[in-house]
Amino acid sequence: MSGVLNRRRLLLAAPLGVAAAAGVGFWAMLSGLQDGSFNPRGVPSALLGRPPPDFALPPVEGSTLPGFASADLRGLERPSLVNFWASWCVPCIIEHPQLMALRAEGVPIFGISYKDRAPDALQFLSRRGDPFLRLAADPPGRVAIDWGVYGVPESYILDRQGIIRWRYAGPITADIMNEDVKPLLRRHA
Amino acid sequence: MIPELGHFALAMALAFCIAQTALPLWGAQRRDARLMAAAVPLANAAMLSVLVAFICLATSYAVNDTSVVNVVQNSHSAKPMIYKITGTWGNHEGSMVLWVLVLTLCGAAVAGFGRDLPSVLQARVLGVLGAIAVGFLLFVLFTSNPFDRVWPPAPDGQGLNPLLQDFGLAVHPPLLYLGYVGTAVTFAFAVAALIEGRVDAAWGAWVRPWALASWGFLTCGIALGSWWAYYELGWGGYWFWDPVENSSLLPWLASTALLHSAVVVEKRGALKVWTVFLALMAFALSMMGTFLVRSGVLNSVHTFAADPARGVFILIMLGAFVGGAFALFAWRAPAMAPQGVFAPVSREGALVLNNLLLSCITAVVLVGTLYPLFLDLIAGRMISVGPPFFNMATAPLALPLIAAMALGPLMPWKRADLWPVMQRLWWVALVALAGFIIALVLTGQRALPALGFAAGLWLIFGAAADIIDRVRRAENPWARARALPRAAWGAAIAHAGMGVTALGVAGMALSTETLVALNPGQSTSFAGYEWRLDGVRDSPGPNFTARRADVSVLVDGAVVFTMTPAKRTFPIARTTTTEAAIRTNGMRDLYLVLGEEREGGAVLRIHHNPLAPWIWLGALTMALGAATSLSDRRVRVAAPSRRAVAAPA
Repeated sequence: MSGVLNRRRLLLAAPLGVAAAAGVGFWAMLSGLQDGSFNPRGVPSALLGRPPPDFALPPVEGSTLPGFASADLRGLERPSLVNFWASWCVPCIIEHPQLMALRAEGVPIFGISYKDRAPDALQFLSRRGDPFLRLAADPPGRVAIDWGVYGVPESYILDRQGIIRWRYAGPITADIMNEDVKPLLRRHA
Repeated sequence: MIPELGHFALAMALAFCIAQTALPLWGAQRRDARLMAAAVPLANAAMLSVLVAFICLATSYAVNDTSVVNVVQNSHSAKPMIYKITGTWGNHEGSMVLWVLVLTLCGAAVAGFGRDLPSVLQARVLGVLGAIAVGFLLFVLFTSNPFDRVWPPAPDGQGLNPLLQDFGLAVHPPLLYLGYVGTAVTFAFAVAALIEGRVDAAWGAWVRPWALASWGFLTCGIALGSWWAYYELGWGGYWFWDPVENSSLLPWLASTALLHSAVVVEKRGALKVWTVFLALMAFALSMMGTFLVRSGVLNSVHTFAADPARGVFILIMLGAFVGGAFALFAWRAPAMAPQGVFAPVSREGALVLNNLLLSCITAVVLVGTLYPLFLDLIAGRMISVGPPFFNMATAPLALPLIAAMALGPLMPWKRADLWPVMQRLWWVALVALAGFIIALVLTGQRALPALGFAAGLWLIFGAAADIIDRVRRAENPWARARALPRAAWGAAIAHAGMGVTALGVAGMALSTETLVALNPGQSTSFAGYEWRLDGVRDSPGPNFTARRADVSVLVDGAVVFTMTPAKRTFPIARTTTTEAAIRTNGMRDLYLVLGEEREGGAVLRIHHNPLAPWIWLGALTMALGAATSLSDRRVRVAAPSRRAVAAPA
């Protein structure tokens, strides 16, 4: 009889246990949010761990930088950044100094000019500096669809084998740069 | 001056609520009538204080007081007055004030309508409600003060967020909050019952109306949110199993289970512990939803400005209320003896089945919502659990639930035979079967939508059969129908509403869409109409630029109507919104979205959504059922006075 009663007690205490476990989990998520180890906004990409989709894009008209194709992203000298951007996008301006800093460190940045007019894109670069190793134009944004781009700016880190290791939708701020981009580039170097 | 007054009123409300928590709970423990009696005036005072604070905030919005940070961030002088005022709760801080206002309004309602409630129970319920209000007021005052000033005042507000200038979005949050806060009241009743160590029929009679009201508001709130997603997001879908949507669905599922099990407590005195558990669970799930949405743990299109510091506060509150309540449950519930024996096949049995299935659906949705978060936390892997999982996992649970929904109301209490009940439903089964076969033939043998049609017909005609069965043998069926308890009508209406929604969902499963690129003057035929693009033009708005397409819809070469879908681009917010053009005739929606423009032409996405409006029509009918049930005088008067006789002085 007491066995039945004990089992009943145990059963009725179960919600407390489950709630406590969930609480601990939520707490860990929150502290992870604050120290950056937990980030739900790092949008998962179907491409993570895979090479980029096939494409071949022309250069931006009037630019000295060559365009590139998916083949150019296989077998890289060092981990690289692929950056979708546009001159009409305000967050791209916020992101720009970080890209310039990466370029200064010698990180290859492959730029894809997304739904932009060539003169506007070139004016943007001549006014603010050109961080790109290569620059391709995707005026209809069709390659961006294959990549699953949410919007500009959006960046991908590729390791030396050309496998996508990281994806970020939004401007690379100084924080993102220090917390994500640099450690990743170091890890895959 | 007005913001300071509002701030002060909030602080006053906090003081009242602390007193409202401490005095009645202590008084109930000591059986001190004077301390307990303090609960009612304190609850009213707290409500009035929060009301003053809310009016102050709304006034700051109405006069566009740009020295208030909250107004600067979320409003603008050029907004229409109605959206200035609805903007009061269109942001995190303001919505929390609204939340507390609704909570204290409920407290005042318990104080006002609860005069016949046993005074100890009333004191404890008000005490618990006071404690919840204390938590939320501390949260507002310390982490989300809407009355903070900025100096010098900004020239004008920054928030002309046009996405929020929308009727649906103005009404959606208050409705959801009414629902969420309603679960706080049933929670307070459950905690009071646990402290007392006693649950009886009168308790069930008291909890049921609150559960019903909160369920009705949640139903409306969720339906409105889904409708907004349908017409505003331009994806043609109505439910995306988005984590934020799920976190409003979870309390709804728990409330649905609660309001059914409360019936068993009220009528038969059984399922007490389970009902208490559901009441705790419904509130726990609402709180968890609040936490997920506001802490930034979730990633969703719907989230408010996220702030981990706020998350910590809500989590502490969640831990205190939910953890405390479950600890109390673990301690006190074992002492509540099970009562009320019934056979597995009986009204009680049907309601238990309802509860089991609803709990399983709740568990599935809960796991699907939280699993990605916990996997990310533990394994560091990102996955997203999408509609395929939810659809596949909930459909096998929903179908038996729907099957039982028509049977249950026809069963007598205590003990029933399945056979006579089935006999009374044979014609309903025939209608459902006919619907299934017809749908199967018409849709080209697609089983799942056909099953949905059958389910919808089964529910609607099952509800009708329930009413017919009750009045059939009366001399004057019409008089008998009028004399039926409103609760019976309410249940039938709500079940039929569920059927209407099921038909809508089944219809939407048959929706078709096409993507065409047209140049001006070109046309395409789809869904029995010819669609001609007449042109795309600029149509500037106050703070956005819009491209608007004119599309003529023709039948036999004659223009029947025109549709004008648009795309709005907000340069400052860097967002584009689609304004789908929707043409409905009640039986189907034609849904037209403007896509990319290319070389003078444009890409059009055309959806043909059969029975789409029925989804929301059904939800409204469900809420109407709740309202009908609540309008019963017996709900408000008879049940408590029955209990008042036994009330300790």
